[in-house]
Amino acid sequence: MKPDRLLVIGGSAGSLHVILSLLAAIGDSFPMPVLVVLHRNGVFDSSLEDLFSSRTNMSIKEVEEKEPLLNGTVYLCPADYHVLLETDRSFSLDYSERVHFSRPSIDVTFRSAADVYGSGLICLLLSGGNADGADGMQYVQERGGLTLVQDPATAEVPYMPQQAITRMKPDVILPTGEIPGFIRGLGYK
Amino acid sequence: MDKSPIQYEEVELLLNDLYARYGYDFTEYSKASLLRRVQRLFTLDKFPSFAEFRYRLQTDSQYFRRFVEEITVNVTEMLRDPSFYRILRTTILPVLATYPFIRIWHAGCSTGEEVYSMAILLKEAGLLHKALLYGTDINPQVIDKARKGIFPVTQMQKYSENYIQSGGVHDFSSYYTANYHLAKFDSSLTGKMIFSTHNLVSDFSFNEFQLILCRNTLIYFERALQSKVFQLFDYSLENFGYLALGSKESLRFSPIAGRYRQVGKEKIWRKVHEA
Repeated sequence: MKPDRLLVIGGSAGSLHVILSLLAAIGDSFPMPVLVVLHRNGVFDSSLEDLFSSRTNMSIKEVEEKEPLLNGTVYLCPADYHVLLETDRSFSLDYSERVHFSRPSIDVTFRSAADVYGSGLICLLLSGGNADGADGMQYVQERGGLTLVQDPATAEVPYMPQQAITRMKPDVILPTGEIPGFIRGLGYK
Repeated sequence: MDKSPIQYEEVELLLNDLYARYGYDFTEYSKASLLRRVQRLFTLDKFPSFAEFRYRLQTDSQYFRRFVEEITVNVTEMLRDPSFYRILRTTILPVLATYPFIRIWHAGCSTGEEVYSMAILLKEAGLLHKALLYGTDINPQVIDKARKGIFPVTQMQKYSENYIQSGGVHDFSSYYTANYHLAKFDSSLTGKMIFSTHNLVSDFSFNEFQLILCRNTLIYFERALQSKVFQLFDYSLENFGYLALGSKESLRFSPIAGRYRQVGKEKIWRKVHEA
């Protein structure tokens, strides 16, 4: 059966350690694919997969175009491409203009995932110094998806989650320490 | 942001209309990217409803031209992925140098930056005088731009860095004349280029080449269409010719893979057997 749920995590400056502790908390039986949209600025291009692999027994891989999504797998967006979702639950890559100076852009992936997964989509927006993700969160919510935002008060760089909260009303605002447990809990629902 | 009235179903309707009315077949393009571009155009041009958007496209051929220009992706740069161009310099051009005449095809060349990049490499290898570079794209507007060889001067610093990283040892600014905010590239480069519209979906092979470059175009096509285009390239490539793809594209799943051998770790394949 094709996965009918998807977790997309959008992060920028100050989000990496949150993603790592989240991955450490969810096991390889996590019943949906996880897609990580991380602004990378050219750093840790090749070492990122290794870093992620060291924290979780889920399989970690960079998105390849046309690749079908699998449960229990963590996908990383490649540097310098937007990642989109197709209705057959596979990935597409896109090299169009940067959005919020970013490629990959969190907005682009949130929106595309919402068009395919609708209410089966869970989006988590983390720390960052960029407005990327706020528009996308609103779009996800309008299509019935679950919107989670890191509490700016506990985020290393509060600007990005704060932008989302200013634009829309997220379903849940999570202090940093509660994010791993909350996400793990979603796997049991 | 508004909840877009355009979803996958509406895009399918439009694509069928456009094929029937104008003969342009986008039905085998990747739908996620098309959906995003169509939603963007719909918002940009402030249509009150999908029905009006659809009617305008069906009845106004000028607007259809705009549609083609806006839904195709035209992001490119000179000497993008400098390591790729370094391999062209060190590994591929010395082989091409052994031919009496070199024909290169840039398929989906957009505004032509990669064609100019190649011309610079050929010139520095002393091969430009016996080379001809064909640049093609589905979008006539970008082909007009490519022909002019005029690019924003603001890009030149980035391109100059790419140039140095690709192994260039000259002064990059010697290849263009800056005038206010524009940089016009040298006519010794443009003189060896032929730009034309060509639709990879429906148009045929038009020559035989020693090198075909198609970088970041195939990602917008579904697998079946990718396979057809690979066969078109195979048909257009001499034996022992080279095919170069974008950094996230691969020949791996294509029907022609068995006749090609990858050059190192780069996205360059050499044709080693005829069909």
